[in-house]
Formats: sequence, structure tokens, C-alpha cells
Amino acid sequence: MRAWIVLLTLLTVSTAAPTAASAASLFEERSPMCLQCHGEKGVSETPETPSLGGMTPQFLLIQLYLFREGTRKVELMNEMAKGMTDDDLRTFSDFIAKLPPPPPPAQQGDPARMARGKALSEQNRCGFCHNPDYSGRDQMPRIRNQREDYLVKSMREYKNETRPGYEPTMIEVLRPLNDADIVELAYYLAHVR
Amino acid sequence: MSLTISVRRRLLAGTVSALLLAGLPALAQQPPADPPAASPAPTMPAPAAPAPAATPAPAPAAAPAIPPGSPLFGRPNSESAAKLAPVAPPPIPTAAEKLPLDKLKVPAGFKVEVYASGIANARSLREGDKGTVFVGARLVDKVSAIVNKDGKRTVKVIASGLHRPNGLAFKDGTLYIAELSKISKIEKIEDNLDNPPKPTMIYDDLPKDEAHGWKFIAIGPDNMLYIPVGQPCNNCLPPDTHAQIRRIGLDGKGMEVVARGVRNTVGFDWHPTSKEMYFTDNGRDWMSEDVPEDELNRITKVGQHFGAPFCYQGNVLDAELGWGKSCSDYEKPVSLMGPHSAALGMRFNTSTKFPAKFKNTIFVARHGSWNRSKKVGGDVVAVQLDAKGNVKSVEPFMTGFLGADNNYVARPVDVLFMKDGSMLVSDDFNGAVYRVSYGK
Ligand code: HEC
Ligand code: HEC
Repeated sequence: MRAWIVLLTLLTVSTAAPTAASAASLFEERSPMCLQCHGEKGVSETPETPSLGGMTPQFLLIQLYLFREGTRKVELMNEMAKGMTDDDLRTFSDFIAKLPPPPPPAQQGDPARMARGKALSEQNRCGFCHNPDYSGRDQMPRIRNQREDYLVKSMREYKNETRPGYEPTMIEVLRPLNDADIVELAYYLAHVR
Repeated sequence: MSLTISVRRRLLAGTVSALLLAGLPALAQQPPADPPAASPAPTMPAPAAPAPAATPAPAPAAAPAIPPGSPLFGRPNSESAAKLAPVAPPPIPTAAEKLPLDKLKVPAGFKVEVYASGIANARSLREGDKGTVFVGARLVDKVSAIVNKDGKRTVKVIASGLHRPNGLAFKDGTLYIAELSKISKIEKIEDNLDNPPKPTMIYDDLPKDEAHGWKFIAIGPDNMLYIPVGQPCNNCLPPDTHAQIRRIGLDGKGMEVVARGVRNTVGFDWHPTSKEMYFTDNGRDWMSEDVPEDELNRITKVGQHFGAPFCYQGNVLDAELGWGKSCSDYEKPVSLMGPHSAALGMRFNTSTKFPAKFKNTIFVARHGSWNRSKKVGGDVVAVQLDAKGNVKSVEPFMTGFLGADNNYVARPVDVLFMKDGSMLVSDDFNGAVYRVSYGK
């Protein structure tokens, strides 16, 4: 938590005048920062910050666009996407899309919780959109082996409609689920192998 | 009428349901017996090849019932179904020189050109008194204006930070904007395009559901503003506040429900002479490849019920919610518009430049299906009416949005007749507006 607040402060200073930066230098300047928070190898070590490895370029482009426009409100990401042209957004999403998918965590999931999470996922057909192995496709993100804290956070935000999403699909999907279900789903998806 | 009904009853009781059960789509695709004999045959694809035997997903036998509110309600556990998901348009508009203009086809004598590009997710269209064209959006937060000045056309954003500002209406200098759950207005907008004031809210007594919550709006000949409230799900029993079309005064007061049983209309207009309101309505997903078809409806009396979620396309009871109901209790569509074809924006032709045969013809933008293996739609169809306002024929007019490879190169959302006699068509896939004109 504290780590990225410090980083953000640094970043806000360094990106204070983004408009002047040409495409190349904007990429050179910001791409190392992306990797610092989101992980060099596609696996994020930062709390509540998603791993981006194995995400589709379509999903990444859409989310970066929503950050730039302020439609998805997360101050530090809004700051990161500020001043990016449409081409910059494409460059960054193509760049991030090359990161390898995160591996499952070393620790096996608790079998009872895994069974509960799996049952919830099957009942709600999570795999229909996110792929049966949750690897994601098109505008649907990879959710396999995502950080558990981020999975909880993102689902809670759909549930309370603070993150409407590009298409409002997830709000509908989560309507019949409660917070305990969200916690179990996140546990299962984070540990699935 | 009674003959029609009995024919339909038989159709329903016999063939259609039997076919549905047998999973044989070909005949079920036919429109109900009469008036609506208007399925756009020329554009109708051959029925999709029979789906390969369903390959069960890992543990389907044990998979418990899907909750009714889910967008996937009714979706089978098969590999073919697994390929289908809504097609998300890219958020970034296509560069003008890369637009698929050469793919878009219109009848001989007509021509298509790019009217404007660079308008992300271009949806509903309205023309102002002074020739400005306003463009709404569903997936981005902006309303844009295409400004015509000194023979040059420029695009500017006139409002942003809005939540799904899909619907627009224009009257006496004022632009009305429909967001997901509120209607606002900007007065004298065309005099303030460089520095438009923020929209002021006139009505927000609207549900906040995201599903089918985005709106098309229009001002009727009665000077009332018509506002749909969609069914908040693919297929569920909607609360009393939903699945309807309302109207309010331009001051936001005097709300009245004019139609019920409307699942999700994203386009309506009034007949130039009869002044009757016609509207498109999208049928449910995941019932089958070919059923139900989207509808074109006509309101002849305030308060009519158009069937959703009990009866679709005038002759098919819903598999879950139709029990104990009868389609004869609901208004029938005047035409079927193709299965899952997403019939959206529609306008009566008011152009004096289009050939006479298109007088009072309805032009309907079919956005194109996602919930079907072989896609349908992706065109603008011309719906011809007879003197009584019944549908005579539905023919493709502008095609090519859907490629032979089953992928979209563009997707039409709304049509608009301009004062100069041309027709504009918006494309939310490329963020562009095309102009169709006749003659030189
Ligand atoms: C200071 C840390 C930080 C930096 C630097 C940073 N991000 Fe992020 N990023 C975050 C956090 C935190 C989130 C999660 C936001 C939320 O809670 O929804 C996020 C979310 C995202 C997402 C959405 C992913 C998803 O699964 O929804 C994308 C895409 C993204 N960042 C790309 C980038 C790119 C590209 C850069 C570099 C230009 C970058 N980020 C730099 C912290 C950072
Ligand atoms: C009908 C398709 C569909 C289904 C079913 C579905 N999702 Fe999603 N999901 C999406 C889409 C589309 C997005 C991206 C939405 C956006 O723009 O924010 C998404 C986003 C997410 C995210 C955010 C991830 C990130 O990196 O930001 C999570 C977590 C998620 N889904 C979990 C689930 C779970 C768990 C289920 C089953 C309970 C599920 N989804 C079922 C379509 C679906």
C-alpha cells in the first residue's frame, strides 16, 4: 500500500508536464514505471495492484482508455494515462500484452475453499466469458492467478457499481452474489491450477 | 384479425413449439403467419449449420442452475455457445483513411461518403436547426457535435463526464441528452458550440440498472419526450418500473407510461401522416439461434403491452416465463427483423431527394447479432408500409457492414434524415458517420 503511494508522489512530479513529451520519450519515461508497480515479469508484488501478464491487448487498450478519460476512476492510473495519445494507448497495451501470464502461487489452495469457489464459478458461468481456464479473451480479462486482493477489490467495485466497466456485464453477473461469494471466488481464481 | 390470431395460435401450438423442441431452426425463422410477412428475406442467411454435438464442459451435469438475473441465463453449455459473447467495439475511432467505405454498398443511384470520423463510439444522431449534427455515445462519456462552418466540417466534444449518454433529441434550439438514468438539456446549444454550458437535469426519476439502461430518446408530434426503460436483464420478470416506454413534458413533468412489454428499444419514430409511433425492440438472447427475432412494433393505443418477457416476436412464448400466458394477449409486431439482429435506430424517410418509392419508408439500422453463430444484420434495411401502415416488405438498403468472414468491419446504430435530403448513418465500431445521398 505505502509503496505505491510513495511511487505515485514521485510519478506525479515527473509527469507534471506530459503534453510536451513526444511519443517515444513518453514511452521511455513511463514504461519502467508500469513494470515497477505491475511487475517486470507480469506478476505484481504490489498490494491491490493487478498482475498484467497474459492480458489481451483489447482489454488493456480499453482499460487504459477508460483511465485516460477518467471513466474508470483510480487516481494514480488516471495520472499515468494522462496526456497519452490514442497511439500511445496502443503502444502501451501492445507492450504490456507481451508480458508472460502469472504462474499459480507456490502454496496450494485449501481444498474445501477451492471446492466452494469452483462451485460458485460453475454456477455463475465465469468460464464462459473468461474462458474455461480463466485465461481471458478479447475484452474479457485474464483472471487466472490474479492477485487475490485485487480480485476482491475489483469485484466489490463492480458490485457496488463504482466501477461500471466498459460494458456493464460484470455488474449483471455479480448481482446474485454476495460479499462472501466474492471472497471465495477470489480465493479460488487466485489459486487455481 | 380473428383469422390471423387463430392461424398464429395454431402456429404456436403446433409447428413452432415442435420445431423449437426438435431444435430445427429453419421454419421457426418464418415470421408469424400474416401481416408481418416481412422477414428481410434477401438478407436472411441460410440457417446456420447444425451445431456440433454439445461437448460438455468439465462438470456440466453438476453445474447448478444459473441465477435468472445473469446475462447468461438460458445459455447452453456447448462449445458453439461458448464462442459467443457481445462484440466490444474498440474505444478508439478508426482513422478516416482506414474506414471501410469501399465495403459499404447502396442501391444504384445512391452514393456513400464519410461525413465525419474520429467520434469514438458514435451512436444516436440528431440535427440541430442550424445544421449541426449531434452524436451520442454509449461506451464513452461524451456527446459530440459535427459542426458545419464555411464549407468545412469539424468535430468537437460538447459535453463529457456523462454516464452512457446514448440518447439525443433536439427541439427549438435545445439539445436533450439521455444518460443511463437521467435526462438533461442544453439550451441554445448551436449558439454556444465553442463554450457550451453544462447540461441541466430535467428528469431523473429513472432506474439505474446498467443492463439495457442506455437510452434512445425522441420528441413526438405531441411535443412530449419519449423515454424507454429497458428490461434490466436478458430474461427476467421486470419490476413494474421497467420494460416500458414513458413520455414526459419537455419540462420533465407529467410522466405517463405509453407502452409495456418492451424489452429493449433503441429506436423509434412517428409516421409522417398517421403520426403513429413505431419502435424497434430487441428479443432475448440464448433461447436459440433463430428464435426469437427482433421486432418492429406500432403503438395504436396508449398502454399497449408488447409481450416481453412472456411472449416474443408475437408468436413464441418464453421457455421459462411464458407458462400460463398466451401470445394472443399481447400486441403483435408489425414486422420481424431477424434473430438477434439488433434492430436499433430507425427513422421515417422525410427526404424529398430520395426516389418516390421510399416515401414514408422506415429505414432501420440493424447493428448486427452477437448471440448467433452465423451473424445476422449489419445493414440498414428499408421497411415499406402500405396505406394502412402495415408492413409490405423489408429489403436491404445499405449492406457490407458484416463481412463474408462473419466479422464486422463496421456496425450501424442510427440513421438520420438531414434537411438537405441525405441520410446519415452512425457506426459505433469505427467511430464514424456516413452520408448516403441520391443523384448528383
Ligand atoms: C504507482 C503504481 C502504478 C503504476 C506506476 C502503474 N500502475 Fe497500472 N495500476 C495500478 C493500480 C493500483 C491499478 C488497479 C486500479 C484499481 O484498483 O482498479 C492499476 C491498473 C492498471 C490496469 C487495469 C488492469 C486490470 O486488470 O483492470 C492497467 C491496464 C494498467 N494499470 C496499466 C498500466 C500501465 C500501462 C502503466 C504504465 C504506463 C501503469 N499501469 C502504471 C498501479 C500502477
Ligand atoms: C458475460 C461475460 C462475463 C461473465 C459471465 C463473467 N465475466 Fe468477469 N468480466 C467480463 C468483462 C467484459 C470484464 C471487463 C469489464 C470492464 O470493462 O471492466 C470482466 C472483468 C472481470 C474482473 C476484473 C478483472 C480485472 O483485471 O480488472 C473480474 C475479477 C471478473 N470479471 C471476475 C469474474 C467472475 C468471478 C465471474 C463469475 C462469477 C465472471 N467474471 C463472469 C465478462 C464476464
